[in-house]
Amino acid sequence: MDFELSPTEKAFRDEVRTWLKANAPTEAEEPESAGQRGGAPGEGLRPAGAEGGPPPLKEWIDKRRAWQKKLHEAGYVGIGWPKEYGGRGATLMEQLIFNQETIAARAPQPINVIGLGMGGPVVITHGTDEQKRRYLEPLLSADEIWCQGFSEPNAGSDLSALRTRAEDRGDHYVVNGQKVWTTLAHVAKWCLLLAREKPADNPRAGLTYLLVDMESPGIEVRPLVQITGDAEFNEIFFTDVKVPKSQILGEAGEGWAVAMTTLLHERGTLGMALATQAQVTIGEVAEHARKLGRGGERLARQRIAQHHIEARALQLNGYRAITKIMKDGIPGPEGSLMKMMWSELNQRMTETAIDLMGPFGQVRDGGSWQYSFLRSRANTIEAGTSEVLRNIIAERVLGLPRSR
Amino acid sequence: MDFAFSEEQEMLRRTARDFLAKESPSSFVRKVMETEDAYDPDLWKKVAAQGWTALGIPEHYGGFGSFLDLVVVLEETGRYLVPGPFFETMAMAVPALLEAGTDAQKKEVLPLIARGEARATVAFTEPTGRWDAEGVALAAQRAGEGWKLDGTKLFVPGAGVADYLVVAARTRGAGEDGITLFLVKGRPAGMTVKPLSTMDMTHRWYEVKFEGVTLPADALMGEPDKGWTPLKRALDAATAGLCAEMVGGAAQVMEASVEYAKTRQQFGKPIGIYQAVSHKLADMLLEVESARSVTYYAAWAVDADAPDRPVAASIAKAYTSDAYRNIAGNGIQVHGGIGFTWEHDMHLYFKRAKASEVTLGDATYHRELVAQSLDL
Ligand SMILES: Cc1cc2nc3c(=O)[nH]c(=O)nc-3n(C[C@H](O)[C@H](O)[C@H](O)COP(=O)(O)OP(=O)(O)OC[C@H]3O[C@@H](n4cnc5c(N)ncnc54)[C@H](O)[C@@H]3O)c2cc1C
Repeated sequence: MDFELSPTEKAFRDEVRTWLKANAPTEAEEPESAGQRGGAPGEGLRPAGAEGGPPPLKEWIDKRRAWQKKLHEAGYVGIGWPKEYGGRGATLMEQLIFNQETIAARAPQPINVIGLGMGGPVVITHGTDEQKRRYLEPLLSADEIWCQGFSEPNAGSDLSALRTRAEDRGDHYVVNGQKVWTTLAHVAKWCLLLAREKPADNPRAGLTYLLVDMESPGIEVRPLVQITGDAEFNEIFFTDVKVPKSQILGEAGEGWAVAMTTLLHERGTLGMALATQAQVTIGEVAEHARKLGRGGERLARQRIAQHHIEARALQLNGYRAITKIMKDGIPGPEGSLMKMMWSELNQRMTETAIDLMGPFGQVRDGGSWQYSFLRSRANTIEAGTSEVLRNIIAERVLGLPRSR
Repeated sequence: MDFAFSEEQEMLRRTARDFLAKESPSSFVRKVMETEDAYDPDLWKKVAAQGWTALGIPEHYGGFGSFLDLVVVLEETGRYLVPGPFFETMAMAVPALLEAGTDAQKKEVLPLIARGEARATVAFTEPTGRWDAEGVALAAQRAGEGWKLDGTKLFVPGAGVADYLVVAARTRGAGEDGITLFLVKGRPAGMTVKPLSTMDMTHRWYEVKFEGVTLPADALMGEPDKGWTPLKRALDAATAGLCAEMVGGAAQVMEASVEYAKTRQQFGKPIGIYQAVSHKLADMLLEVESARSVTYYAAWAVDADAPDRPVAASIAKAYTSDAYRNIAGNGIQVHGGIGFTWEHDMHLYFKRAKASEVTLGDATYHRELVAQSLDL
């Protein structure tokens, strides 16, 4: 056992830290969400762009895009990707260091989260050389933003129930159907679309994974306002949308396997970043309690200490997982465990923060906690609900019989 | 960064598991737990022959292996509910001797322990049940060249079969200042040791009374009045060690429950298919793995003498106390009626979990220490 960084890792950490100090926008310049701003007393959350609410999402998105560009020019986007695809070929440890430094510096995340976390890795794993040449560079530079069109009104946890059709018309497909909860669809250039090509007895067969140009005729995007007042996600309606066959990822009809790669990346790489995020959140909750002068209360001390303990356990679970990946090479289901643990802990932490404010937690956004508290309710739903993740752990890790 | 045990340590774990499966099955544990001191001298000899009583003792005192090696073994003794004062001797008394003992004391006692010829424990808590410095009230006064002790130690684990006792006494004031440690050999006149009837029968606790017990000058460990600092350091090590035992027990309960959920059928299906059962088991996994992480880190921090060693120990104990209790409770639930019987082993773990929870400070106590580390 050893928790020291190697000399090269230390050098990398110092380099990142220095760069962030000189370049990262502050939280005030660029809040974590469009809805997140400290309001005057009596000012609750309002839908973005609405009267009394924060400025329109577009302004916020433009800033985030510019930030990713800056990161990219400095060589800090997609750092774990191979060099030949525009990445840095960074080791897992370097990725961890980079995450920790950006989160600790309160620097914003790049705008293209879905592209970087899922789109890129999927293109690298399943894409043709042609596709790699075409898509990866603008994805890294944030010139093209990506979204993930998996969920549908009747296909959520049970993704294979999806009904959006992709009809084979020789050199192209014609797509008809509806997607929902699609984060960033309103600004995305590309959509990772999972659609049904052939009906089959096994619902996981006959699916095709397409990259759809969001500027194609026949696509309509309708923003959905969330409980925070933001509209991060959308509905997408596809009406006779033409998608050339050069846009298939993987094999036609074999979309399920590609989708599984996507989700593996979604949950796998997420775990460590979330663990670091939890460290920052608990630090903020403790600071919040000190500022409010409630740190001396026995029950508050117990709750905050318990959050700290769980955040530390989460982080150490991540360190054990990373050690294992570096030794055996493959990410295991630990990602699911960490995502589930973080999401539930984050709900408890943000709730404590609100509770510490008593009735003030209701009437104004006490330094963004109201936003964080509300946003945290999505954590146990997005990227696999807690129930689905418990099923995965029970079945794939513990080997219990399948419930479905 | 490398957060895993070494190849050698993994081998030690496998050896320990095989050895204990053979030497300390539940039939053996149940036999020994009915004896006066819940101790079996033959098993102690066999354990010593494995070399485990030397782990964590420096070579020049006759030992070999690190504290981390000891933690690997403790996880397995916890899994098999091994009765007897192995934890007390190796994870409480040895660290206390290393932290506070004089060279002469270490030279006398440590080689005996390493060879399996002596057992030891730490007598710390008193009838107030406190685990902090305030709790130490047993009076020690200078008497000629030596010392005189008066007072009662309670909840002292393993004292009935201990050849040496590290005793925390009050020589002045209150709180951290004025605590003095003594090494008591055998049963001097005026000292009585009485077993308590404990819910967890696999581990015996004692009342140790001192009525005008005189100790020679060389019983003093380290400096008078300054005993708290080394004692707290020893307790950090003990806490990490205890957590390792708890993790082993919790893992055993989880594995047994998962096995049962795969085989026990109701409504024509294995019960593990029902989410009310399988999600409990998923939560057990989360808790076992998290308890492992915080415990291994605490053990590393003790071994490496990292600056965050005390808070790492508190984090481990707070988390693992809650986790083991939850897991043992749910272990009974998943087993249904059979889990409630004396014949089934679940209750042994349930009781051990509860006893371990209050040993060396419960979760509430350690959460408060964590809160202090956060400057709340
Ligand atoms: C903020 C946010 C952003 C999102 N972004 C995207 C995106 O960009 N792209 C995208 O494709 N999707 C996105 N999603 C959708 C998300 O993946 C789905 O909401 C999720 O998979 C759950 O599906 P559902 O909403 O249909 O709920 P349902 O699947 O209907 O679930 C309802 C409830 O039933 C439970 N349940 C369902 N099945 C089981 C089972 N087998 N066992 C036990 N309990 C079960 C669920 O856990 C849940 O509690 C987003 C969601 C949110 C909240």
